[in-house]
Amino acid sequence: MSMNNQGRPTSAGAATENTDFESFSGHKGLRLAEPLIFELGSTETTGVDVPEVGEFEMAIGGLERTSEIGCPGLPEPDAVRHYTRLSRRNYGIDMGVFPLGSCTMKHNPRLNEKMARLPGFGDIHPLQPKSTVKGAMQLMDELSHWLCTLTGMPAVALSPKAGAHGELCGVMAIRSALEARGDAREVILCPESAHGTNPATAAFCGYKVKAIPAKDNGRVDLEALKEALDDTVAAVMLTNPNTCGLFENEIRDIADAIHAAGAFFYCDGANFNAIMGKARPGDLGVDAMHFNLHKTFSTPHGGGGPGSGPVVFSDALKAHVPVPFVVKTDDGFDLVEDADDKSMGRLVAYHGQMGMYVRALSYMLSHGSDGIRQAAEDAVLNANYVLASLGDVMTASFDGPCMHEALFDDRFLKDTGVTTLDFAKAMIDEGYHPMTMYFPLVVHGAMLIEPTESESKYNMDQFITSMRGLAGEAKGGNVDRFSGAPYHAPWGRLDETQAARKPVLRYSPEE
Amino acid sequence: MRYLPLTATDRQAMLDKIGVRHIDELFKDIPNDVLNPEIDLPRHKSEMEVERYLSRMAAQNTAAGSVPFFVGAGAYKHHVPATVDHMIQRGEFLTAYTPYQPEIAQGTLQYIFEFQTQVAQLTGMDVANASMYDGSTGCSEAVMMARRVTRKKKAILAGSLHAHYASVVETTTQFTDDVIERLAPNPANPEAELQAAIDAIDADTSCVVFQNPGVFGSVLDLRPLAEKAHENKALLIVVLTEVMSLGLIESPGEMGADIVVGEGQSIGNGLNFGGPYLGLFATNQKFVRQMPGRLCGETVDADGKRGFVLTLSTREQHIRREKATSNICTNSGLCALAFTVHMTLLGEKGLRGVSLANHKAAVDLRDALKGVDGVEVLNTTFFNEFSVKLSKDAAGVVDALADKGILAGVPASRLYPGAGLDDVLILAATETVSADDIDALVAGLKEVL
Repeated sequence: MSMNNQGRPTSAGAATENTDFESFSGHKGLRLAEPLIFELGSTETTGVDVPEVGEFEMAIGGLERTSEIGCPGLPEPDAVRHYTRLSRRNYGIDMGVFPLGSCTMKHNPRLNEKMARLPGFGDIHPLQPKSTVKGAMQLMDELSHWLCTLTGMPAVALSPKAGAHGELCGVMAIRSALEARGDAREVILCPESAHGTNPATAAFCGYKVKAIPAKDNGRVDLEALKEALDDTVAAVMLTNPNTCGLFENEIRDIADAIHAAGAFFYCDGANFNAIMGKARPGDLGVDAMHFNLHKTFSTPHGGGGPGSGPVVFSDALKAHVPVPFVVKTDDGFDLVEDADDKSMGRLVAYHGQMGMYVRALSYMLSHGSDGIRQAAEDAVLNANYVLASLGDVMTASFDGPCMHEALFDDRFLKDTGVTTLDFAKAMIDEGYHPMTMYFPLVVHGAMLIEPTESESKYNMDQFITSMRGLAGEAKGGNVDRFSGAPYHAPWGRLDETQAARKPVLRYSPEE
Repeated sequence: MRYLPLTATDRQAMLDKIGVRHIDELFKDIPNDVLNPEIDLPRHKSEMEVERYLSRMAAQNTAAGSVPFFVGAGAYKHHVPATVDHMIQRGEFLTAYTPYQPEIAQGTLQYIFEFQTQVAQLTGMDVANASMYDGSTGCSEAVMMARRVTRKKKAILAGSLHAHYASVVETTTQFTDDVIERLAPNPANPEAELQAAIDAIDADTSCVVFQNPGVFGSVLDLRPLAEKAHENKALLIVVLTEVMSLGLIESPGEMGADIVVGEGQSIGNGLNFGGPYLGLFATNQKFVRQMPGRLCGETVDADGKRGFVLTLSTREQHIRREKATSNICTNSGLCALAFTVHMTLLGEKGLRGVSLANHKAAVDLRDALKGVDGVEVLNTTFFNEFSVKLSKDAAGVVDALADKGILAGVPASRLYPGAGLDDVLILAATETVSADDIDALVAGLKEVL
């Protein structure tokens, strides 16, 4: 054993041969164990300055809360440590490639965070006098202008809180327009490859959902669609580019057929990242389309929200947009807060996700018209690079070129004993977040890879090397590498069946 | 472009690998005549330019923290410790996705579990979900959940419910089977508002929705309402727009609520001109499977180590599609984290202390306004907000005070246009209001009234 002049061993493993021991603390080096706050704190502890309030006569009608609430507090140092330790169990875009198809996990610029926290945006109340929020109305107007210009659509509703909420806004506008002409209709057509939110939204608005068949090339079967279109159909909901990562190349014929049947064309804009600056939905016959500002325009996903789902509308639908919206006046802007007869009404309290509007506009201003087009091109280039680089070892579901995401299925895993789920979990051991799996439902064992424009060629090449390596291991019969994966994550596979069978949804001390 | 890593050399090498000569060959499925349209928008800007441009826009707005500030009506200015914003900006939280891969998302899942527990404790309910978009959308989800639970359609919205919330319920349910009966607001007589809600309940009622403290600030004991609802096999939905009140006032659970929906903005989250905010949604154990939204539950991993996963997802749209309990997908994850970090800093002791300070500020404001001619305080009970009747049009008074650099509250006519409430002003005083602020408001009111 080599020693330095203080007598300490200088090479790894030299001190002890046995590294498979439990620590006394429960920690494993930088993997720090951390219990729940309910196991750490006490209701007597606080990490804030409690204001000193003297005796006074209360005016709460004798309804004082005397029973214990039970929420423990932590002093500030421990609170910081608690949530810092938790954070280190998470994977985020900041850590590495996040190729989650359909979710557009692109870089979240910190400039956007800084802008949203300017007191003039972050510290203004939605109901303070309009004369004191001129800049906020201007920001909403400017964001509206960018969204309308990028889509070639005449109107936008900013207020929906997320993509699914935007879908609801869009379908409600369609139903409002149909009812205004005395013909609500009964059916909405969705392809089987649609996001689950599409049929859920349609049902919410009182429509029956019928499936549109797809062709072997992963696109809508136009002839079958025409057949299904009759005077009971209110709308067709299509994602374009679709969830197979393909552009619907017959989109204008589709739109014409929809309109000829007196129905409306709703476009799920989750995949707008592929075509922003390259093509405008307004040129393709779309009547309504929602954005996910948290996908296309880089507002953070935040571990599941907040999102923001503005919807653009065609002339045929724009009278039905919800309140509030900003209008230009002689001396600036006004915020219309009360619905007229045609408006569908109000979908949220106040004015929607202002904090997300600021971030999205910050992204748009940074990119400009030139950068937005370049971003779409780079996103599509990266996805096609994946398709071209993995096509020989994995099975691409459809011929390229693809748009901003590449769809593979599990045919290459046939007879290996490795499933799509196993393969995805093995990606965690490689240091990547898994791709979207088992979605869309139209191919078996789907693996949907969306690299986004945020990845460099170096990152792409490393990712491709890992994926090729894993495909080789699977085909080479190394099933163990997959069936127990992940091995290097802080947790092994979680038992979801147990969680659902006897749900434990909160901490209880008697456990 | 600073956010785009690919170089021209990279792009060429990648096109070569793909086997195309020009990027637009990858866009060949887009009809050629609409490809690459002229986009009449400015070109890219540097970070410095964007910062300058947006800062100028922000400077046209009056920040709440820069003036005497009494605006509430469902969104409140509270002090949020610096730690909260620091924690939510950690990239591991900020840039994570919904925790569908629990092996590498235990950070998010554990804080959701903590959040669900805190919300359940605060509201006095058995369980809470992982959050909704905001209080108003949560309210409409609760109404639809009550229809599923009771298999009845008629929902009664009490006059105490924030006008925006009532509108959201009406808008969202206009194409569902729900039938909405909306009662009139009555700021001068909250007991009559409560009685009207009690009287409206009948055998066809699925739920009654009551906000407490009400939009005009009054605090009421809802037990008689719960009793009448339960006699008729209807659910009591209690709406909270000021969750800070739970540190001082009996919880909705103690008063007999079946579902509690709330706006959680007050804890951990800034005003943000109305969003993003945080919908709280809590109910009793027996209704769990009818709840909308994500739920996090405890389990173990392959080694038997405790961990957490999203669970009961067979209620949700990505599994159930058109048969889901709701179409909600994204929620307010990061706002929930802010809530949880702030709640963990507060603890029960801090929450009770800050709640009491809120009430004290409002009591001080009420006492100060008693000496102002033309101001009549309408409330006998309140938490940190109450309504006054002015001798002049409230919107005009608020505008006149805004010109003097005082943001004096919300004119009731902004929420209830044409309802005959033009002289009513809703004023909030939180722990951020100082004695100087109150003096400034009193002096300003004396000038404009």
